[in-house]
Parts: sequence; structure tokens; C-alpha cells
Amino acid sequence: MTEETMTLEVTRYRPGHDREPRTESFTVPYRKDWVVLDALNHIKDRIDGTLSYRWSCRMGVCGSCGMMVNGVPKLTCAAFLRDYRPGPIRVGPLANFPVIRDLVIALDDFMEKLRRVKPWIIRAVEKPVADGEYLQTPAQLDAYKQFSMCINCMLCYAACPVYGLEPAFVGPAAIALAYRYNLDSRDEGYRLREPVLSEAVGVWECTFVGECSVVCPKGVDPAAAIQRSKLAGATDWLLSMIMPWGGRR
Amino acid sequence: MPGDDGYQHDLLVIGGGGAGLRAAIAAAEESNRLSIAVLSKVYPMRSHTVSAEGGTAAVMRENDSLDTHAKDTIFGSDFLADQDVVEVFVKEAPGEVIQLEHWGCPWSRDPDGRVSVRPFGGMTVNRTLYAADKTGFHMLHALFQTSLKYEKITRYDEWFATSLLIEDGEVCGVTALNLHDGQMRPIVAKAVIMCTGGAGRIFPFTTNAAIKTGDGMALAYRAGVALKDMEFVQYHPTGLPGTGILITEAARGEGGHLKNKDGYRYLQDYGLGPPTDTPVHRKMELGPRDILSRCHIQEHQKGRTFEGPYGHYVHLDLRHLGEKLIDKNLPFVRELARNYVGIDPVHEPIPVRPVVHYMMGGISTDITGKTSLNGLYAAGEAACVSINGANRLGSNSLTELLVFGARAGRAAARHAQLASDERRRLDQRFLRADGREKIADIREEMQKALESGCGIYRDRATMEGTCQTLRKLRERFAHISLADKDAVFNTELIAALELECTLDVAETVARSALAREESRGSHTRTDFPKRDDAQFLRHSLAYRTPDGPRIEYLPVTITRWPPEERKY
Repeated sequence: MTEETMTLEVTRYRPGHDREPRTESFTVPYRKDWVVLDALNHIKDRIDGTLSYRWSCRMGVCGSCGMMVNGVPKLTCAAFLRDYRPGPIRVGPLANFPVIRDLVIALDDFMEKLRRVKPWIIRAVEKPVADGEYLQTPAQLDAYKQFSMCINCMLCYAACPVYGLEPAFVGPAAIALAYRYNLDSRDEGYRLREPVLSEAVGVWECTFVGECSVVCPKGVDPAAAIQRSKLAGATDWLLSMIMPWGGRR
Repeated sequence: MPGDDGYQHDLLVIGGGGAGLRAAIAAAEESNRLSIAVLSKVYPMRSHTVSAEGGTAAVMRENDSLDTHAKDTIFGSDFLADQDVVEVFVKEAPGEVIQLEHWGCPWSRDPDGRVSVRPFGGMTVNRTLYAADKTGFHMLHALFQTSLKYEKITRYDEWFATSLLIEDGEVCGVTALNLHDGQMRPIVAKAVIMCTGGAGRIFPFTTNAAIKTGDGMALAYRAGVALKDMEFVQYHPTGLPGTGILITEAARGEGGHLKNKDGYRYLQDYGLGPPTDTPVHRKMELGPRDILSRCHIQEHQKGRTFEGPYGHYVHLDLRHLGEKLIDKNLPFVRELARNYVGIDPVHEPIPVRPVVHYMMGGISTDITGKTSLNGLYAAGEAACVSINGANRLGSNSLTELLVFGARAGRAAARHAQLASDERRRLDQRFLRADGREKIADIREEMQKALESGCGIYRDRATMEGTCQTLRKLRERFAHISLADKDAVFNTELIAALELECTLDVAETVARSALAREESRGSHTRTDFPKRDDAQFLRHSLAYRTPDGPRIEYLPVTITRWPPEERKY
């Protein structure tokens, strides 16, 4: 009995060697419990050690292994070969990002944007640790919990047509994280985050395509965060018109 | 990436997981004048802390006590934990988890708003805080996002440290490879903290991520620091067959049952009973990990486990907990079981088997995180500060990285503040000094002493005098005074630095000459006028010690011209 196999068409790009990305085909054994990442590891260990990609936890929580699989942003550790039979499977670097090499993209832009939205608890007065925890009811926790589940895997940026056209757009994950802190009952930083979100390339840039929420592997729903931030921003603007001393928080 | 100072920092943290980030923040809080850097082979939020699931232990409730947490930890360690360290650990744990709460960690909550606590293996009361079953993920992201507000913390993301730089027995940085461009650079720091995690990847079947390859342990080991208790490797009793993906102990804390192929809760046969419907602390499924892993193997030897394509396994049954509780407290377990073994734990038991999970051993440190190598610190799984002994209790490791990450950060920051960098050394020694001694005086006395003792003809008495004079000049050098305090083209400062060098070299000449008790070539002793091939057909080697040079010898290589009398 011959072993069942599957073909992967992998995007290759070596700076200094390739003028532009090219495609290379690899044949790997087919196993029904293998994910695309297992196939890539097979290629790297057994066929071509020069293939470059990021991975670590292989359980969908570290956010390293996002790639385009048949044109769709996926965590390759959670994309099973069995769902792409008979193949071939096209594997490429995440769209909308500069490519460093092969399947490795540059994250610098996101890392900078993440810092800009101030994703940390901001308090007018910090409570001393000796005074214990901030009380937070399960309902208050539920208000932001979903938006705290982002693993920074960048699938939403790869899916976002706006980010593709306007790289200055703050983008789904960073906005969702800003919104996560705005919703946290312990936080008082809304006013400090608002300028970043309401600038031209903030939430208003989004045309509500909603692809970000479709591809999110953790159910964060960044599209909802963006739309609700828009609503908050609009309410703010309205309140500032009728109550110039500030109507929110 | 590096700031204005180039690749120079006061404090360098290797590893950007929970321990590394906690250490960096603690150092930043300790002093806002320190330049702090975090170097990691991955982006910090990819670190393996992200995969921790079940929770983090700390005494939070009135029904608990520090002594109970300490006793449980020591008992769990099979008494190999150092008890003073455990006492510090349990005492500082509550403050650390509250600090993390203040930094936004979304701990699961009781209806009254307090952080919830759940039972865990080997613990006598509920003291494990949790964020559903993604505790490590939430802790790591809270720490990482909080670290972004400290502008003093520079990051080297995706750099791989290849060696520790050591000078005069003191760490002074690392060499590191930038993955993005392949450049190798020295990164200078007065203190280095190793927070590089464990090394589960030395085994084939592990819960550990691909990055857990013991890098920091190896760097410290190569630098002569001891790795402590390395023989103690923890198997977690419940990993998914094939992948080794962890199914958290919290699944048992919430009431999950381990069953053999007959559907029997076999742990009752191993002294862990009696079986009860609701979990009882330290009994049955809430026994410690080492014992539960051994029970599995014995059960297999009795032929009572299942056989699958990835070997023997048992069932972790959560069905009786119900969908609502599973979705609230164990949603990740459900997601992982569905994705990776095609099992929905609401309806079917999960196949599990023991899997390599944690290294109790690591870089040997003291209670502050300091290693035997001056300037080197370690914390987290990379370190062995000795709270885990021969078996770690579940949910103590996340707490450990907070408590001892913070301790190492503070200790290293204090060290870095005290340790002199070169600029400060020069400033203190020369530019701000108001000593009495003059460069020219010391230089002239050194030169005279050399000429008198180590001139064309030499003898013991004068050379001993020379050696003594040089020692005294070295002491006097500590009190020299410079008239020129300017920065631009300060030739007097250079002269002082040169004088310091000549004093070093002069002593090696005098000591080597005193030790060579013969006459040979340019070295002519009036007290030993003959060449002495028997003793001195050897090269002298001078090594620096605080008390002056130590002289050793190296044979001469002779190939075809044996020594003979030298006559012209």
C-alpha cells in the first residue's frame, strides 16, 4: 500500500537571492490528525531545512504561526490537512505585511500601534497593593472579557481590506485592545485613548467589512469593538456639543 | 531596539515571558534612571507562559494561611524545597497576584467581585486564582501590555543570545544574534537576568512549546554556574496523546474524573481514595502530579489502560460537570479537545496520558535570584531557587515567576546601580578625585624602581625592593589627582590611564625576573650567574591576582637544536 500524500505549494522568498516571491511545491505524507504546521515541520526537518516560518505552542494560543492558507488567514497549528483534501494547499505569508523571508512577516508596525493605544490600566490614583484587589463583578468582567482574548496573531490585519490600502489604519486588534481597556471597570484611561481612536486613521477608517471578525480564531470580534468605539466617539462628540464640560466619565 | 547609547544597558533581561517581564517592570520601578532591556528570541507575547492554563496560587482567603501554603509546597516537594525560600514565596505571593490584578489581569470573579479561587492538586484549600483556563495567557498579556508603558524598557525582539560576556569574574553582557538581519552584536549590561524558561524539548513528548530548549540554562552552565536539581523532571498526568497538548489540572480541580478502560476511578487503588462525587483536596484526582503520573503507568502495567495510535491512555471524564460549567471555567479545554482529538468533553471523555511538563531544576540561585556569577541573576522555570524541590505543585509556577521575577529584577537593579560602569569608574577615580598624588611622581618612581631592580644586572635584594615599591605605588595611584577635568582632549586623563597600565606591566617584569633564578640572555642575575636548564628552560607566564602577578611556567618547544653552551 502506498502512503497517502498531499502537496503543499509554499511561497518562498529569500532576500538577496529572490527578486520576488516564488512558489515551491512539496509533497508530504497525509495524516488525518496533522495540521498545516505539522506538514511545514515535516518539510523543514526532512526535505528543506531552509524553509523559514514562526511557530511555538502548536495549540493556538501563542499567535506565532499565522499564514495564508488557500488565500485565507489561518493559524496553521489549527488548520487540519483533512479539511483541504485532496489539495494542493497553498501556504503563503500573511497578506498586507512586508515579508522578511519565506513565511515570516514584519510585525513592527503592529507593535508600534499597540503601544500607541495604551493597552494598560490607567488610573487617576493608583490603589496601593496592600489595600487589596479592585472588586469586579462577573458581569463587569464579561463586559470586556471577549476583547481580552486577542492573541495578537495578526490574522485580522491580513484579512482587513482597509489596512491593505491604508497602512496607517490603527487596525482591528489594536482597536479591540484599546476598547478592552476602555470597557474595564478598573480603568480610567478612556480620554487618553480616545484621540488615537478618533483620528483620521482610527476607527473611522473602517468601512465595516467585518472580515476581521470572520477570521479571528479566538472569537474576539474586533469589528464589533470598532463599531462600538465609533458609537462611543459619536456620542462623545454629541455630548461635547450639548454639554461642553464633558458628558462621559 | 537600542536607544542613543547603542547596545549598552544597565540591566539586560534574557527572555520575555512572565518572569522576564515581571523582572523588567520591577527593575523599572526600582529606579527610573536605569536603562533596562528585554531580549527574547520571540516576541514577548509568544513566550511559553502563554500556554499555562490552570491558575496561580496565593493565600487570599480567611480559611487559608501562609503556613498551610508553605506546608503544602514543602510536602509536595518531597522535602527537597528550601524552607526559608518557600516562606518568602508564600508571603510575597498575595501581593504579587494583587499587583497583577491592578495591572488588568482578568481574573475570574466571585459574585461579590472578589477574585475567585479553585482547588488544585496537592493544595489543602482553594487558593488557586485563575482567568478561566487561560491564566498564563492573560498574565503574560497583562504583563506585556503593562510593560509597554515603561519607556525605559528597550526590547530586542527576535534576538538569540549566544553567550555570556564575562570579565574579571563578572558578567558584563551577552553576545546575541539578530534574527532579522543575521548580525551578531555584543550587548553590554552591568547585570543580566536569565528568564528563558525550561527545557521540555529535550524529551519527545512534552506539553512545552517548540521554543523551550533550555537556552539560558545552557548559557549559565557554560559560564560555570551550577544547574541545580536537574534530575527532577515533572510529568503532568493529563496531556493529549500525540501532540502532548496540556489539559489543565483545573479540569480535575473543577471535578473531573480519571477513569481506566473499565470506567473505574483507578486512583482509589493507590491510596488516594476514597472516591467522592465532589472533589476533596489532596485526594483522588487532586493528588500531586508525580503520584498521579506513576499511578497511570502502574495501571498500564496491569493492562487496564486504553491503547491508541499514540500509546496507552486513560479517560478524563468531565461529562458530569455539565456544559455550563465547562464553558465558564474550562472553555479552552473544550476548544483543545475538540480541535486536536475531535472530542467534545461535554459529551465524551478526553483521552489523556502523562507528558513531560516542567523542570524543577535550573540555574542555581539564592533567595534574591542571584547566581554564583557576579552580575548574573535568574528567575522562573530557568532558575532553581528551590521552592519546588523534587515535585512542583500545580499553580505554584506562575506565582513563582511573579515573586522571584520581581525579586531578581529588584536585586539586579540594585547591583546595576552599584556596579561601576567605565564612565563612572573614570569619573570617580580621576575626574572627581581630589587626591594628593601626582601622575609624574608615581611614574618617575616606578621608572627608577624598574631601572634599579630590573636593569642589566639584577639580584634578589634589589628586585624585592622593586616589587615592594611597585605595590606601594599601586596604592598611591588610588589617590592621584588630576588638574584637568575637561572632556575635550584630556591628555592628563589619558596619562593616568597609561600610568595604570604601566604599573600592571612593570609588576609582571619585576616578579618574573625575581622568580627566574638563573642568568639567561638579557636576564643577568649576580646572585645566580649560571644558566640553569634543569629548572628554567621554561617560559614564564604572569597571571593577574589582587596581590600582584602569579608566575607559572610553560616548557620550551625543542625540535632539532638541543640546548648547548652559548659561546661566541
